Amino acid sequence: MTSGYAIVAVVVVALGTILVGAYGLRVSRTTSDFYVASRTVSPWWNASAIGGEYLSAASFVGIAGLIFAYGPDMLWFPVGYTAGYLVLLTMVAAPLRRSGAYTLPDFAEARFRSRTVRAVASVLALAIGWLYLLPQLEGAGLTLNTVTGAPDWVGALIVTAVVTANVMSGGMRSITFVQAFQYWLKLTAITVPIVFLIVVWQVHGADSLTEPEYPVFRQDTEVVFQRSTTIHAEEFISIRGTGEIDGARVENTVVVLPEGYHRIGQGSEFTFPKDAPVPHLSTMAHNTNEMWSLPMSSGQDFPLYGAYSLIIATFLGTMGLPHVIVRFYTNPNGTAARRTTLIVLGLLSVFYLMPPMYGALGRLYTPELLMTGQTDAVVLVLPTRMIDGIGGELLGALVAGGAFAAFLSTSSGLVVSLAGVLSQDVLRLGGVRGFRISTVLAGLVPLAMTFVSTGMPVADMVGLAFAVAASSLCPLLMLGIWSSRITTAGAIAGMLAGGVPALTAGLVTMFTDTGDAWYEILLSRPAAWTVPLGFSVMYVVSLLTQRHVPPGVQRTMVRLHAPENLGLDGSGPSSGEERS
Amino acid sequence: MTTPPPRRPDPKPTQRVVVTSPRTRAPRARRPYPGTREINEQSELGAVYMRTLIRAQRRLGLSVCLVATGALALLPLLFAIEPELGRFRILGLGLPWFLLCVATCPMLLLAGWFYVRQAERSEREFAELVERP
Repeated sequence: MTSGYAIVAVVVVALGTILVGAYGLRVSRTTSDFYVASRTVSPWWNASAIGGEYLSAASFVGIAGLIFAYGPDMLWFPVGYTAGYLVLLTMVAAPLRRSGAYTLPDFAEARFRSRTVRAVASVLALAIGWLYLLPQLEGAGLTLNTVTGAPDWVGALIVTAVVTANVMSGGMRSITFVQAFQYWLKLTAITVPIVFLIVVWQVHGADSLTEPEYPVFRQDTEVVFQRSTTIHAEEFISIRGTGEIDGARVENTVVVLPEGYHRIGQGSEFTFPKDAPVPHLSTMAHNTNEMWSLPMSSGQDFPLYGAYSLIIATFLGTMGLPHVIVRFYTNPNGTAARRTTLIVLGLLSVFYLMPPMYGALGRLYTPELLMTGQTDAVVLVLPTRMIDGIGGELLGALVAGGAFAAFLSTSSGLVVSLAGVLSQDVLRLGGVRGFRISTVLAGLVPLAMTFVSTGMPVADMVGLAFAVAASSLCPLLMLGIWSSRITTAGAIAGMLAGGVPALTAGLVTMFTDTGDAWYEILLSRPAAWTVPLGFSVMYVVSLLTQRHVPPGVQRTMVRLHAPENLGLDGSGPSSGEERS
Repeated sequence: MTTPPPRRPDPKPTQRVVVTSPRTRAPRARRPYPGTREINEQSELGAVYMRTLIRAQRRLGLSVCLVATGALALLPLLFAIEPELGRFRILGLGLPWFLLCVATCPMLLLAGWFYVRQAERSEREFAELVERP
């Protein structure tokens, strides 16, 4: 599906991002501008920026892909991503802003007055950030591959280069503009095409999405197998084309595949006939459309455990994401931080209405993706598949541009926050120069990681980053803000007890093949056991070490919770002074 | 736990008067210094003020959060116990699709709006309490 328009759209988005960033360069002059836009951003700008930053590859292409493949169980991804903001709003938004720190390690140090807590929080923030950047880059590779046929690493390289250059030049101020612009771009790019697609679906006769039948090809469909794939055919099917089937070479002839498993070689191209049932990927549950539309049909072991683990990870993980947290410091005060979060909740709700519709229409119009396993491409392929001619190509280009905007904006936010952590805590290089060096490093590491990871769905990878955040930084924030009994030792023990197992589980699922082992779900969805572990270890160790409560904890609590305009800082007899 | 703020000693001997309405307009007995100063000087009273605020905010945050997310978190269990619910249709959508795609968003927004309103109110009340001269 190579389309000139889509390439133009991707180029326009990349250039637009650089241009808006360059505008920011002219207004950002001081270190404070670089990190937090001098704290002068209004709630609507800030909320759009948070939305732009948060709606990542997982949201734009990944969720639709998972819903397309596995059905309504996967709706917990969008619901969780949104509900995470409610948890963030009610539990941490205002105190986090009032803590007056730039990054999450800053918060850790302000609350616990300990370099060690700060160091642990820094390492975890870096790990989460890189874990989250990886799927963005993979998603970019997939998008470019789908629209231009370029190899996977090209997209990753382009995103890294644009983002690094942009962050280096403008820092956070330009990023706030870029991000706010990107939210509205993404919303347009996903909404306009789906409106047309639904109209087309209605015109085609509004075929039911939940028939008790297996997906069938709607027309003769040419399928390119990007990697060698094992498929299962329900009944015999005659296909035509060039490639390798079950080890035998086929040159442009008709082959009849009998019922059963078949191995198709990498690079094969076959045309599947109209109205034939779609063979399915051997590792994916095979469902009729009716079964697919019901909950608990994804064919995983322990679906209930999986669902709850996902719920815990997404509800609690949002607050622990480094690029989300750093946005709160750009609010002028705690009250604005709350209002911003409420607006974000609304912006996200609107956006997340769309991906499920793509996933559902994909069952009818792009069922071959169930066979090749490239389910993440469903959003990108649907417009050109459903609408012929230039209209479809333009809508396809719009979606591709929006997807690229998603990778650019999330990666920008992540790189900014990671560069902040790197320059302050790891490299110990201050000023604008240190920030620029850190930016390069923050971008290069995940780029290198894309070459070794196995291709798991991008939304699943993002889910793992959420799980690590939920089990380590979430306890630190929640307990640190709301309980004055948490001690330094407790904070460190809790972050490690939750974070290390979650991180290990994530890396094992990403870089090795655990296959069908019974513990596979415990590793791919670790949150249900690592989050309670993190919370309870932090609390229990704190109770055991009550004699080491950090000094001045009452004063910190005043700063976190008292409204700013009262001039309260718990720091001595001066009263009535405005704190800046 | 704490001592109430010292009161100015009453200068006059005790006297019976008829009160027809509360003396809302009369100036309050002045405390030696306002609550903000108590908090900044980390007195016992200041600690009580802060503890009250933190408790109120924690209770509000936790209850809004638990009610909203708890209601959502019941759904997988419900669908696991009673799979037939999945076939139920509302507005042409299967029940799980309707609940998760359409119904959650307004619910979360409403919960968020309620929380922001209440949290700002309790901060206002706190400000009135500690700034009262």
